[in-house]
Order: sequence, then C-alpha cells, then structure tokens
Amino acid sequence: MNGIALAAGGFAGTLLRYWLGEAIPTLGDGFPLGILIINLLGCFALGVLFAATPGRWSLPPQVRLGLGTGVMGAFTTFSTFSVQSADLVRSGHGVTAGLYIALSVVGGLALAFAGARLGRGTRVQEEAAS
Amino acid sequence: MIWLIGLGGVAGTLARFYGGKWMHARMRSSFPWGTWAINISGSLLLGILFGLHDAGRLTEGVWLTLGTGFCGAYTTFSTFGYETVQLVSNGQIGRAAVYVLSSVILGLASAGLGLALF
Repeated sequence: MNGIALAAGGFAGTLLRYWLGEAIPTLGDGFPLGILIINLLGCFALGVLFAATPGRWSLPPQVRLGLGTGVMGAFTTFSTFSVQSADLVRSGHGVTAGLYIALSVVGGLALAFAGARLGRGTRVQEEAAS
Repeated sequence: MIWLIGLGGVAGTLARFYGGKWMHARMRSSFPWGTWAINISGSLLLGILFGLHDAGRLTEGVWLTLGTGFCGAYTTFSTFGYETVQLVSNGQIGRAAVYVLSSVILGLASAGLGLALF
C-alpha cells in the first residue's frame, strides 16, 4: 500500500515539475526561475502538510506519505538545483549562480519554517496560551 | 514521452524512500543521513547525465527519463527543508547548520564533478 501511494505521488509530482518547469521561462542571463519557484512552493506545502499531520488534520498515513514523500518529494528537486548552479558557474555566470543558490536555500528554508508554523497552527496557539 | 518521465519519477521516488529508510536504519542518528546522501549522489549522477546530454551523447528520451524523471524525483528540496526545520525545532541548531551547508556545498561540488567528467 505504501509503495502504491509513493508511486502514484511520485508520478504526479514529477510530471507537475516537468510541466511547470517548461511553462516558466528561464530569465535572460540563464536564471532558472522555474525550478526556483517549484522548490519554494514545495518547501512551503510540505511544511504545512507534515506539521499538520498527524494531529491537526486526520489523513490516512498512506495519503500523507503519497502527498508528502511522493508528490512534494518528486515535485521539488535538489539535483537540478545543484547542476543548474554548477552549469551557471561553468559558463561564467557566477553572480547569477550565487543569487540562485541564495534565493533557493534562504527562501526554501524560510518557507519551510513558515509552512510548518501554519501547519502546527493550533498547537502554537495552545502553547502561547498556556 | 510523458509516460517515460513519469516512470523515471516513480523509480526515483521509490529509490529515495526505501534507500533513505535503509540509510536511516543503519546510521541511527537524528542527522538526516538518508536525504543527505541521496541529494549528493543524485547531484553527481545528474551532473554526469547533463554533461553527456550537453555533448550530444544522450538522446532526448534517455535524458528526460533518467535526468528529469529519475534524478529529479530521487533528490528532493522540500524534505531537505523540512528536516532542517525539525532539527531547529529540536534545538539542534549546530546540526541543522552542518546539514544545510554540507548538503549545498557537497551537492554543488558533486554536480560540478559530474559535469567535468565527460
């Protein structure tokens, strides 16, 4: 059952990344805007989902696994981020690479924190009230 | 073509989940060794594939299936983000910093090495 949830989620997440990546244009100096947006969106969504389940939202564990590890895991990508950055450096676009790396890492972590905070929601309020 | 990309993604997702679980069971640590090793090894593999494709030595179908499909889904940015949040939430700030910096530096170095190989 876990395998089916992961396979279905991985299939959907991969194609979502492919389509969205193709739809968002690369900026003039080769800045990979598509993968940046994909990784930022995914960091936020996974933060919300994994912080809200189990507990706040009652989702079957296979649905959580399929959506989180499957869809979001496959939608976002670390290898494309690394290779695009290395390729930018290789082709002499060091500043663009630096900006891409900084926005991906700082932005991704900030959105993962924001998503997790939103997902935890009530528990944070309870802690604040107690 | 869409099916090949999707199937590459299924294989990458399963390799990430079961490979990560295996790694986690072996290391018995709060440090996310599974995702760490996956993101670095996937960066090396995609670097090699990208270099071969750039040099015209990989067909578009193989590139999309193994590169966009498998490597893209095998590695993950969202789990990397969430694991960092968890380390920080558990008060393991030093580990979180080591996790982020080593993933990014070694991922970039592996990708660069892969690009340079062919």
